[in-house]
Amino acid sequence: MNGAIQVTEVRMRVNGTTRPVELEPRVSLLDALREHLGLTGTKKGCDQDACGACTVLVDGERVLSCLGLAVQYEDREITTIEGVDDPLQAAFVRHDGLQCGYCTSGQICSALGMLAEHRAGMPSAVTEDVSTHPTLTTDEIRERMSGNLCRCGAYNGIVAAIEETAR
Amino acid sequence: MKPLTYLRPTDVPSAVEAIATAPNAKFLGGGTNLVDLMRGDIEQPDTVVDVTRLPLADVTELSNGALHVGALVRNSHLAAHPLIRGRYPMLTQAILAGASGQLRNMATVGGNLLQRTRCHYFYDTTTACNKRTPGTGCAALTGFTRNHAILGTSTQCIATSPSDMCVALTALDATVEVESTRGSRRIAMGDFHVEPGDTPHVETTLAPDELITAVELPPLALARNSRYRKVRDRASYAFALVSVAAALRVEGDRVAEARLALGGVGTRPWRATKAEEALRDAAATDESFMAAADAELASARTQPDNAFKVDLTRRTIAATLRTLSQGAQK
Repeated sequence: MNGAIQVTEVRMRVNGTTRPVELEPRVSLLDALREHLGLTGTKKGCDQDACGACTVLVDGERVLSCLGLAVQYEDREITTIEGVDDPLQAAFVRHDGLQCGYCTSGQICSALGMLAEHRAGMPSAVTEDVSTHPTLTTDEIRERMSGNLCRCGAYNGIVAAIEETAR
Repeated sequence: MKPLTYLRPTDVPSAVEAIATAPNAKFLGGGTNLVDLMRGDIEQPDTVVDVTRLPLADVTELSNGALHVGALVRNSHLAAHPLIRGRYPMLTQAILAGASGQLRNMATVGGNLLQRTRCHYFYDTTTACNKRTPGTGCAALTGFTRNHAILGTSTQCIATSPSDMCVALTALDATVEVESTRGSRRIAMGDFHVEPGDTPHVETTLAPDELITAVELPPLALARNSRYRKVRDRASYAFALVSVAAALRVEGDRVAEARLALGGVGTRPWRATKAEEALRDAAATDESFMAAADAELASARTQPDNAFKVDLTRRTIAATLRTLSQGAQK
């Protein structure tokens, strides 16, 4: 009904733990993670699918948590940066893949999802013959990571870190 | 965003029953367009019916060789499907040219078909927009129009159809399958989206209570030699200024068969039927490709900021067909 506030209990499975959360259906997955579960590693950049800072993994696939309603993700396996322990993180530090760090958790989650997509044979917009399994060149990495912006411009370091980890 | 009632049916009959019963309700898929518009108070449903748990996420081959694509297949999964990559490369390329990896993982096939035809004035609630609020005027007509349409426009609206996937589906003559409490029906892709005319808030021939259940791709040998080429202001993650979905078969030095559809220039996914007609039995040369493009673009209506799209479209059509003709002669 118009104007009525409906609150529901949602079972959120985040980083291997299931927790019931009381929230309104209009709450985004991003706000549920940050404001209801206290997992502030996932960042709110644009809140309108332009920047990629809010990227998390759902059942292993990268998605934008700003555009999903949290209720839609009930019982799905959500991984945020707090649940990530991967050599890619150290590679980001080694290659200066960040300056201010605001986009970094989104970059890491996106890169992990992207590498899994590539391992599964997914082509990209720069793959000349989409029926093949392309090599993960620098151009392929840049295209596949284009949904993650870095206002500091640490792109060269980000690409270098991903290249090293992919090897 | 205003408060919402949320429903999550797990079968199609419950979903179409819910949309027919709940007042001011909308189906919700991946949310990549609808949630964004709800957050801006541009879409204001009282109820969302989440369809993402419906069993409509499979790609199956039919006995006649057609492919049946469930409406909830994610864009990325469709692009990566081996049968799509092999038989309809233009469709894989079109999907991969759109949005970002994250958005393609969320967006569904049905949702892509129903994303709003839109421009930045549609998003800006401080400006006039006949699509957002019918009868209020169009700020784009006296505004910045670099991204606006040149084909199928009206005095009411010049917003561009944003989908890449739909351009390929249009070229391939796909069919959309829909269901409601009144039964099911099939809509040809060419009849699915409509031009704005005097009712720019109406973008498709789908009734408000109808659910898209699948898209069917007909068997089409021609599509094995097909491409999607997208031209945009930055290399990735941007809407098209111009895009071309084309399939071509050359026999000797003449065009035996051609399919052509355009994105970034039309108020709907634009099947270039006049260009296809001009290509029939034409010499497979740049001159004929340009002439075919001219035939299609004769009806273009440009704005000061988007007049460049006419030349850009001609050249992109010719370049795409040239590449395909070289591939076909190998």
